[in-house]
Amino acid sequence: MALPQIKQDATEVRLAALDLPKGGWAQAAREDALARVRAMGLPSGRDEYWKYTRPDTLVQPDAPKASLLETDETLIFDDVDRLKIVFVDGVFSAAESDDLAMEHVSIDRLADAPDIHWAKDHYGVLETRGQTPVQRPLATLNTAFATDGLLIQVTGKAPKPISVIYRHESETSDAILHHVVKIENGAELTLLENGPAAARFNKCMEVEIADGGVFHHIRAQGRDHERRAATAIFTRLGEESVFKSFTLTANGVLTRNECVIELTGDNAVAHVAGACVGDGDFHHDDTVFITHDALNCESRQVFKKVLRNGATGVFQGKILVKQGAQKTDGYQISQSLLLDEDSQFLAKPELEIYADDVVCSHGSTSGAIDEEGLFYLRSRGIEEGPATDLLTIAFLAEAVMEIEDQAIQDEINSRVEAWLSRRRG
Amino acid sequence: MLEIKNLHVKLEEEDKQILKGVNLTVEAGKVHAIMGPNGSGKSTLSYVLSGKDGYAVTEGSATLEGADILDMEPEERAAAGIFLAFQYPVEIPGVGNMTFLRTAVNSQRKARGQDEMSATEFLKVIRAKAKDLQIDAEMLKRPVNVGFSGGEKKRNEILQMAMLEPKMCILDETDSGLDVDAMKLVADGVNALRDEGRGFLVITHYQRLLDHIKPDVVHIMADGRIIKTGGPELALEVEHNGYADILAEVA
Repeated sequence: MALPQIKQDATEVRLAALDLPKGGWAQAAREDALARVRAMGLPSGRDEYWKYTRPDTLVQPDAPKASLLETDETLIFDDVDRLKIVFVDGVFSAAESDDLAMEHVSIDRLADAPDIHWAKDHYGVLETRGQTPVQRPLATLNTAFATDGLLIQVTGKAPKPISVIYRHESETSDAILHHVVKIENGAELTLLENGPAAARFNKCMEVEIADGGVFHHIRAQGRDHERRAATAIFTRLGEESVFKSFTLTANGVLTRNECVIELTGDNAVAHVAGACVGDGDFHHDDTVFITHDALNCESRQVFKKVLRNGATGVFQGKILVKQGAQKTDGYQISQSLLLDEDSQFLAKPELEIYADDVVCSHGSTSGAIDEEGLFYLRSRGIEEGPATDLLTIAFLAEAVMEIEDQAIQDEINSRVEAWLSRRRG
Repeated sequence: MLEIKNLHVKLEEEDKQILKGVNLTVEAGKVHAIMGPNGSGKSTLSYVLSGKDGYAVTEGSATLEGADILDMEPEERAAAGIFLAFQYPVEIPGVGNMTFLRTAVNSQRKARGQDEMSATEFLKVIRAKAKDLQIDAEMLKRPVNVGFSGGEKKRNEILQMAMLEPKMCILDETDSGLDVDAMKLVADGVNALRDEGRGFLVITHYQRLLDHIKPDVVHIMADGRIIKTGGPELALEVEHNGYADILAEVA
């Protein structure tokens, strides 16, 4: 079917502003992606999948300006023993990064990977699979035009986490990064990500997890108020493998985080969680699609949003259980805590089930601070402001507790606490 | 210590009078018990004194050591020395019991112009007090009241009371949902806090609790008023004859 002219035009305007990186093993995948973007067109406000989030500023040729956050706080994860990799406005910073070498892990950069590379068989593959049944053109655009990214292959238990820091220095930067992670049989990696990355950031990450592999992902998106981000994770899980991802989002005028999970091996486990806190001009969208296509797999989606001063939260989460995916255990919860009457939460939970022996539950709520709890805390002498903060942290707890590492949980909680207390002045 | 005069209270949302002229004075060092049938206004009295929303005082006063408490926010009342042990302690997921207690203790100290307690000092004090109430380290770490049994919740209330060292302790049906052993443990905790400078108001349905926490004065409340006041023997009378005789007597 031909694209509506207006959509075709918007797509071509955007494409005209980009250069397709030439040469290397990724060339064919990039050209394929370019053709796919042209065919499907970039998102517009008329698309059902973008009903609650306006995509225009993510699609327009230039990144809207985003001023830099001034803060003297230390960055999150600075205390973690890790292998550090830094990108500044989407450009790799060798000076600030550690050597890309660690036992059981091979790390290359997309921009300078050798001609023959394992990632050739993976780059864009999961992204392409993730286009059905719902199209995700921004991820395809990313596959075509990503200027850099990490290609991480893990063959054993990584001795320490890889920590990627995305610094933002230019008010008009427009960054496109694409990572490919391959967790081999029984291998294990923790990936930490933090920072605003750019004025506008398009990030795609493909994670292939072989049988028995374990991948932990914890991310804190940068606090620069005017930054925009469209991110997508595509993952496929083999037998008895584990994928756990948690995202903290504080501030950002526009964020769309997509996560597409395919459970293809029996007994695999996938958890995806997010906690966000937004104040004022803040729009945060979590869009998740989980496909169960094997026996006895477990998936959990836990998303919590704290919204105030007219902030908007969106959740679109779907569990698709294919025929034969018996003994599926699917859980989905999306909740918002609205701290005033100006803020809003839009949720579209979906279940589509073709197997008859499954347990799937989903719930979505919007609410205010629990008055009983507030009175309880105040009756113990805690003032209304700090008591409200404690209950807010309590509200986010179910999502934060999805992080297995207790120290990181504490770190996330203390960041949220600081964010809340700054708002009380 | 606590002086309540002619207190009239109605529900804010509906025009329903709950307290219809309560007069009560609790002296420092004394334990007063309030007994009464369901719906007599006992719990309302405890909520109004601690500052819960939803009640309107239409007449009368309540003072703690001469200070009007009805105009204070709940946290100000707490800092002034009022403590309510809840009938149904609230669960607060995601907030560790220890964090909660330390925040509470230090908030009150700050409000009173005292120095905050250091983490080490706090830990030392809470460990000793928790031990007396058979509250283990695990229970201190867990989120406030989440997954606690009925007995654990009540012991946790008493632990909070012990840590906050209030002047005026109000216990709202602390015996509800407790077996005999748990009740004894809670009562021991309360008794350990009895001293010259502290008043207690113990609200209960049953005389049972008063075997363990011996009251100096017993009041019978019915239909929003205190209708009879006496010594501990009054509680025994209720236990044997129920409220019917007393209600008939004053009618």
